[in-house]
Amino acid sequence: MVAYLIRRLWQMIPTLLGVVLLVFFLFKSFGGDPAEILGGMNASPEQIEAIRTQLGLNLPVWQQLAIFLKQIATFDWGKSWATNEPVAAMFLSRLPATLTVMGPILLLEVLLAIPLALLVAYRRGSLTDRAIMVVSTVALSISLLVYVIVAQYLFAYRLGWFPVQGWSASVWTNLASYAVLPVAVSAAVALAPQTRLYRSFFLDEIGQDYVRTARAKGLPERVVLLKHVLRNAMIPILTNVAVALPGVFVGSFLIEVFFSIPGLGREVLLAVNRSDYPVIQAVTIYLAMVTMAVNLLTDLLYKAVDPRVVLK
Amino acid sequence: MDRAAGASPGVWGAAWKRLRADRVGMTALAVVLAFVVLVVAAGLGGVAADWRAEVGVPDAPPTLLGPRAPTADPLVAGPAGPAADLRDIDPLAPRYAEWDAAAQRLRATEAPRAQTLPLGADRQGRDVLAKAIQGARVSITVGVLAALAATLLGTLLGALAGFYGGRLGDGLEWLYNVFTAIPNILLIFTFAAVLSRADALLPKGVWSIVVILALTSWTGIYRLVRAEFLKHAVRDYVRAAEAIGASASARIFRHILPNVSHVVLVQLSIHVVAAIKSEVILSYLGLGVAVDQVSWGTMLAEAQGELILGHWWQLAAATAFMAVFVTAFSLFTDALRDALDPKLRGLE
Repeated sequence: MVAYLIRRLWQMIPTLLGVVLLVFFLFKSFGGDPAEILGGMNASPEQIEAIRTQLGLNLPVWQQLAIFLKQIATFDWGKSWATNEPVAAMFLSRLPATLTVMGPILLLEVLLAIPLALLVAYRRGSLTDRAIMVVSTVALSISLLVYVIVAQYLFAYRLGWFPVQGWSASVWTNLASYAVLPVAVSAAVALAPQTRLYRSFFLDEIGQDYVRTARAKGLPERVVLLKHVLRNAMIPILTNVAVALPGVFVGSFLIEVFFSIPGLGREVLLAVNRSDYPVIQAVTIYLAMVTMAVNLLTDLLYKAVDPRVVLK
Repeated sequence: MDRAAGASPGVWGAAWKRLRADRVGMTALAVVLAFVVLVVAAGLGGVAADWRAEVGVPDAPPTLLGPRAPTADPLVAGPAGPAADLRDIDPLAPRYAEWDAAAQRLRATEAPRAQTLPLGADRQGRDVLAKAIQGARVSITVGVLAALAATLLGTLLGALAGFYGGRLGDGLEWLYNVFTAIPNILLIFTFAAVLSRADALLPKGVWSIVVILALTSWTGIYRLVRAEFLKHAVRDYVRAAEAIGASASARIFRHILPNVSHVVLVQLSIHVVAAIKSEVILSYLGLGVAVDQVSWGTMLAEAQGELILGHWWQLAAATAFMAVFVTAFSLFTDALRDALDPKLRGLE
């Protein structure tokens, strides 16, 4: 186990280095000149030159790369170019809002999709099954934008059930009023594709021999489905949740933009529009780290779910 | 190439036969082809070329609803009574006649604006139907080009990695790991942030989205094609080809590629839908097409503000156009997959 962990962590290093190099050279060779972005329209050549010296842009490339690596290791990205807020402080203050919205969304999605998919898979080929498949195909072809626009207009603006947008300092107020509509809309929109996907996982298992054996020895259907099928289908489901997990941190940026939630996703989008490079670079590299860590955790979880899995 | 008539159908012929038997698939194909004709016609300037013309009154409702009831504007009352005669005291009075003559020579015609349009008008009075058709042109073009580019990139890299393996394969695997380590949406944002400042290299607009989407979505195709090439590279027919002296490129492109092309084709078609959806969201966020272009995404962005005023037609038109095309394309993709790989039928 320990040997496995060490080997996996060791394997992460080249990938992480690749991410760092990709981000560094992408911005270096194709991005705009940071000094010109920072200096603005009216900067004199002397000012531009001063900014270049200050940022170390006149140093050789390998020294700039060393500075970049040091920034990553020490979490010290300096200040945002647009707002002058320290980048680390910015992340810390935006993350709670994102988690307040994304946590419940992920939870709801998974907890609703699993029973629904089990039901649909159980009734495979019936009218309910076919109807759900057709509805989800059509529902999937409509852009997420439309659902959010219409839901916000209908439930918040016309009917006034929820605030149109906004956020407060208290977590409970947020959860009870501001986050309800965003969470409900996102979970509802994600439910159709999730159910479709999980249905295929369950169908794979329901066709297996052990299910027939379990039925043959007279186990009630409830036990067959909830104990045997569900447990075996957990591996692909876990993988799927793990893939979605890093997204929790950047949040559904669309939801944050629509509902004016001061989260990370909106901040990153603003940074893209303002060419605020330190913010984009930092978020990309740290989320890559999170993604790799989550992947490792998922592999460890496989072992817990299915004892036959050998970690090598 | 010229096969004797009456020969038994090849793999493509058999697939086409299976596809033709699929009623849903053929209907979907017909809808997709209709859109393609529309897109080509719009691209050649035959249809909806003048979508920028302000042909209707602002926010003109759809014809079915009938014209909006005229509203009297109580705030600005017109002047009552004749205009005051300033001829005696106005120092410019001697030039009145000259100006009247000049005014006679000019003829300003108020272009008649339609009270209603088939699908209504937007805030500037532009025809929503024409916009939706032009939007289809931009969105579908972007989707197809981005999917093609991603498929080309993924197939080429996957073929190289799967066929050669070794150092090259390890290097490409590393590249794949790097690209998949970054969450997809962030990767798109990063490329968008970089390219938005690289106007000289790639002006903002259709091509820059195509490049962004292609560079961020090749990984899935790479993975599948690599696995196929790993499998095929050691099969007998490839070894036989090698034995009679077929070069590496001949084995990759003439022997193995046709045998895995069904995988590539299905991936291409899946990526078209994904790229169209991404383009719509990117354009909505302002990271997509240029401001003087219209796409389904920019239409939705405009429609959001109009909806609050109760003008729902632009939203409905963009949504309906997109939903019909994407549904048809998805159903066609399913039918295509079933036709090319009958073993998969019904498994989802």
